[in-house]
Amino acid sequence: MSDIINLTLSALIDKIKNKELSSLEITKAYITRAEKSKDLNTYITTDFDNAIEKAKKFDEKGNFDYKLPGVPLAIKDLFCTNNLKTTAGSKILSNFIPSYESTVTQHLWDEGAILLGKLNCDEFAMGSSNETSFFGNVESPVGKKVVPGGSSGGSASALAAKLTPATIGTDTGGSIRQPASFTGTVGLKPTYGSCSRYGIVAFASSLDQAGPMTQDVSDAALMLDVISKYDTKDSTSVNFRRGDYFKSLSSNIKGKKIGIPKEYRVDGMPKEIESLWQDGITLLKKLGAKIIDISLPHTKYALPAYYIVAPAEASSNLARYDGVKYGYRSEGENLISMYENTRSEGFGDEVKRRIMIGTYVLSSGYYDAYYLKAQKIRRLIKNDFDEAYKSVDAILTPSTPNSAFKIGDKTDDPVSMYLNDIFTVPVNLSGLPAISIPAGKDKNNYPLGLQIIGKAFEEQNLLDISHSMEKELSFKNNLQDWWIK
Amino acid sequence: MSIDLKTIKHIAKLSRISIDDKKAKELEEDLNSIFEFIEALNKVDTKKVDPLTSIAETSLKLRGDEVKTKNIREQILKNSPDENKDFFVVPKVVE
Repeated sequence: MSDIINLTLSALIDKIKNKELSSLEITKAYITRAEKSKDLNTYITTDFDNAIEKAKKFDEKGNFDYKLPGVPLAIKDLFCTNNLKTTAGSKILSNFIPSYESTVTQHLWDEGAILLGKLNCDEFAMGSSNETSFFGNVESPVGKKVVPGGSSGGSASALAAKLTPATIGTDTGGSIRQPASFTGTVGLKPTYGSCSRYGIVAFASSLDQAGPMTQDVSDAALMLDVISKYDTKDSTSVNFRRGDYFKSLSSNIKGKKIGIPKEYRVDGMPKEIESLWQDGITLLKKLGAKIIDISLPHTKYALPAYYIVAPAEASSNLARYDGVKYGYRSEGENLISMYENTRSEGFGDEVKRRIMIGTYVLSSGYYDAYYLKAQKIRRLIKNDFDEAYKSVDAILTPSTPNSAFKIGDKTDDPVSMYLNDIFTVPVNLSGLPAISIPAGKDKNNYPLGLQIIGKAFEEQNLLDISHSMEKELSFKNNLQDWWIK
Repeated sequence: MSIDLKTIKHIAKLSRISIDDKKAKELEEDLNSIFEFIEALNKVDTKKVDPLTSIAETSLKLRGDEVKTKNIREQILKNSPDENKDFFVVPKVVE
């Protein structure tokens, strides 16, 4: 049993294809472990009985040529799943049962995967520590009372704790890469337009992107093969020539030009992160890459611009939660007070803050000063990357300016929480792909990640670089299973 | 620039979120600290910069206006917070 949960996704698939393991054995192994791991609070909704039935059915007459044959997966509760509660971590959707399936999750089931259940996340994906969920904090397996990062915190925690062989999250400002960095796992945010947004609870539509969270880079490539597809149901889906990422994976990166942006050397960054970055540079040189110093001069404006653009889009997207068609409803003496009470009781504090910021920056008299200004800054940030990519193939930075922190440490000060995403946000504003890979540990033995940012639609390049680094880094989480009951 | 309590209550009204005085005070503090952080953008001269509204800067594709899914009233109404089976129901709006 313990052997099963220690296998990577691709190793698991090999064993299913060779008939060394059945889907039922694997599914049961993950369910048993999840039932002993309730203290981490990774699941919002489990679908274990159905998963067992589906696994039995797969073993009887499943197609072993599928890319994810009979593989059980738990996913972030931001993806709509047909007939299974989808909450987005919010009270306002706590009773919502979709009558349709998100495109990305449909791709998983079409390739033979089996749904285990829905994983906890920050409310409407707004948060960097999974502390804004209506369903409670998620604990990270890397340490007691340590946050897993956010917003895909339940996904990161479940993956690191081996409750699912791989998972998918969503990334609006770092919500895949930051929790991956905090939990010693791999997180990939694909280029905007790669993975369909259809059926994903919307946060900030011009930034949201789904992506894989996995144990290693090969698994990320495999998952990307399954979920990156053109979709007419998403008007911003891009019909580009996608690679055969898993099969084409190479660890030869000789001659690749990697940029090191000086603006990512921020004040107060811990020495251990500075040296992690330096070691990454040394490693890339050893692997035959060429290191080039670059400048992304508008980097420091990315986070303030993000905190205008994202809340503005959120305030508009979240206007639909009014207690009329679905979700939680509170009473009121008239229509307006019903709306106001529903939204006041249904949304948590962080979501309310962001709706209010968004409403303010879009309101008459402030639109030009804030929203339009932020969109202009967004252009400058994207121009910085375009300029840099004239001389480099990819960019190496730390994933986060700090390692994981304790639950409650940053909840009193929204701005200090926002600073977690300082290295990840510019990527979303520019629509670029980026990956976080585990690269070392801090003094508390908490994982630290390195981020590689690529050119738009060049995920293969990103995967090759991180794959070659991963081989040399040979990172191990070595978790002690302290949470198992 | 700072956002006063009156403005906070106005934004709450626009956002259709009811807040009491205690909550309004909290939000005043939070939003002011966030906007203090956002004000950094004013240091950048953007007079000659075009706004970037979307990364996918192609024009949106057109499609025929055709019904693809029909007769799903039950599905649509299934999640309605009100018990009525035929319509969405809201508090009385006409006297």
